[in-house]
Amino acid sequence: MSTKPASERATPWALVTPALLWTLCFFVLPFAAMALTSVTAKDGSFTLSNYAQFFENPSYWRAMVNSLQVTAIVTVVSVLLAYPLAWILAEQVPERFQRLALMLAVLPFWTSYVVRSYSWLLVLAQNGVVNRVLTGSGLFADPVQLANTRLATVIGFVHFFVMLLTLTIFANLKQLSPSYRKAAADLGAGPVRTFIHVILPLTLPGIVVGAFLTFVLAIGDYITPQILGGNNELLMPQLIMMQIGRRGDFPLASALAIILMAVVTVAYLASARWLKIERA
Amino acid sequence: MTNNLRSALKRGMRVAAAASTLAMLAGTSPLSAQELNALIWCDHADPALLQPFEEANGVKVNVKEFEGTGAGFAIVDQSQPGDWDVMVIDSIDVPRGVEKGLFEPLPEDKLPFADLFPEVKMDNKTVVNGKRYAITEKFGYNTISFNKTKVDPADMDTLSSLTGDKYKGRLAIYDYYLPVIGMAALAIGKKTADLTEADLPAIKEELLKMKANAKLVGEVTASQTALATGEVDILVGGGEWVTAGLAKENPALDFSIPKEGGVLWSQSLAMFKDSKNKDLALKFIQYVLSPEGQARLATSSCYWGMPSNKKAALTDNEKKTLRFDEQPAFLARAQAYPAPNADLDKKMQDMWTEMLQAQ
Repeated sequence: MSTKPASERATPWALVTPALLWTLCFFVLPFAAMALTSVTAKDGSFTLSNYAQFFENPSYWRAMVNSLQVTAIVTVVSVLLAYPLAWILAEQVPERFQRLALMLAVLPFWTSYVVRSYSWLLVLAQNGVVNRVLTGSGLFADPVQLANTRLATVIGFVHFFVMLLTLTIFANLKQLSPSYRKAAADLGAGPVRTFIHVILPLTLPGIVVGAFLTFVLAIGDYITPQILGGNNELLMPQLIMMQIGRRGDFPLASALAIILMAVVTVAYLASARWLKIERA
Repeated sequence: MTNNLRSALKRGMRVAAAASTLAMLAGTSPLSAQELNALIWCDHADPALLQPFEEANGVKVNVKEFEGTGAGFAIVDQSQPGDWDVMVIDSIDVPRGVEKGLFEPLPEDKLPFADLFPEVKMDNKTVVNGKRYAITEKFGYNTISFNKTKVDPADMDTLSSLTGDKYKGRLAIYDYYLPVIGMAALAIGKKTADLTEADLPAIKEELLKMKANAKLVGEVTASQTALATGEVDILVGGGEWVTAGLAKENPALDFSIPKEGGVLWSQSLAMFKDSKNKDLALKFIQYVLSPEGQARLATSSCYWGMPSNKKAALTDNEKKTLRFDEQPAFLARAQAYPAPNADLDKKMQDMWTEMLQAQ
């Protein structure tokens, strides 16, 4: 039997109630409504046909495969680019300039996401900067198709998510005590060995948190593939939007959205053991 | 073509029907008799069109843009009866609205039916059980838009140029399934009004050939930009709605109605049965169909199109840009917008999805 007074026992609940209510109103209830819609036929009866359509239609499957491929590429490339950037910011840039360097690194965040995507379309276009450099330098005789391709979608995503990952990894690197490196050096480890066996494992949570956020945000993004991909292939968010915008088929759109959420859940479970921020 | 037309310029406005209902409650619900609530496409959002009506009648027109008839009906389904007064709708979809019991018959004697181009009255769609439920306000063609300095205009007189090797990698396809499926049907000698499920395999084959030649499949802004910036030289599914608005800046852009024909699109205005402002709704429809309203609608900043009223007060330059005088010949060669039933429509959309996914 608890010896705490009732008012003290109630305090934690009072503190978390706003958050619980928020989650209930803006996640649990909408999710329940979406789940219900996904299993409701036009006549109001129960049906699983919307889920069956996804598994039976190769074009729908293809959209999921495309989404997973693009998201995986974006996540890996973003991590590979962000880690060195975060390392340079944390280790090589003098302390007094770090804030400025970090601000410059995240400058792209300050512009509209849509504007940034359209800007990339112009940069990658046939008459864009990249093709002018490629043809002007003699590397290619004719312009290369960069815009309206999967590559363009990946570039647009990576540009955005490298910044996000840089922030999470930078924060992780800054939290690392210098004692770890000193201890490794005392034990005879060189810089490379120290990095592989000490620094990298300790910054893994930052990498995984950033990678998970990248995965979640990229797999659910509609704008970038729609603007930069040229509709030469469909990703899941585009397929979902087609059901809403063209068919007014909310049950199928709901089913597809829930399937996408299931994939995100699997990704979460796969990375859950690293998804904890602890001060090193 | 028209569904994506309005959506593209308002990409950020893609919201779920539930959100639209919230928006309505927040600010666009009919609070007084001095407000007209209109479900519209983007060409009706142009202040140059709305302001003269608002000022002349001392009213406020609240507009809500929507994407596709299905989404428009979804908004209505989630609204209260009487929330909306008028709706812009694809002429071919008017029977769907009538079937749902949404629309009020229009008084023919109070609207300028005699002044409309006869070919676009669309009586077979706008008249149901002897009652007229909508009036065509604007029309045009889904055909071939091109840059005449980059391609041989003579090649644009036949749809077969779209699938040959000469223009490989120089095409964009307008991302709306019905008109482009109609064009593919025309290319293989099918009448767009008679399409059945049996025609789909051959149409799909034609679509895949077009896709193989295409650099992108884009909604209005993307495909229009691609043509205007020289990213592509030909837009499959384009027409005056693409080139007319850009004529001043880029006179090299033109459109053709190939020998196989083009697909006629038309949009109509309908009044809601449950409207609480039927007099005002009728006034609005009368205004849009008036010569002045027609000229403003035809040259809307969102997209241009032919006014359905022959007496539209367009300037000579505007008429020239719209090729007003060539309309009789164009209309003679144009074929109807495909109007599949629900089952065939689903199959067509699935076919379109397969085309998009094809590598």
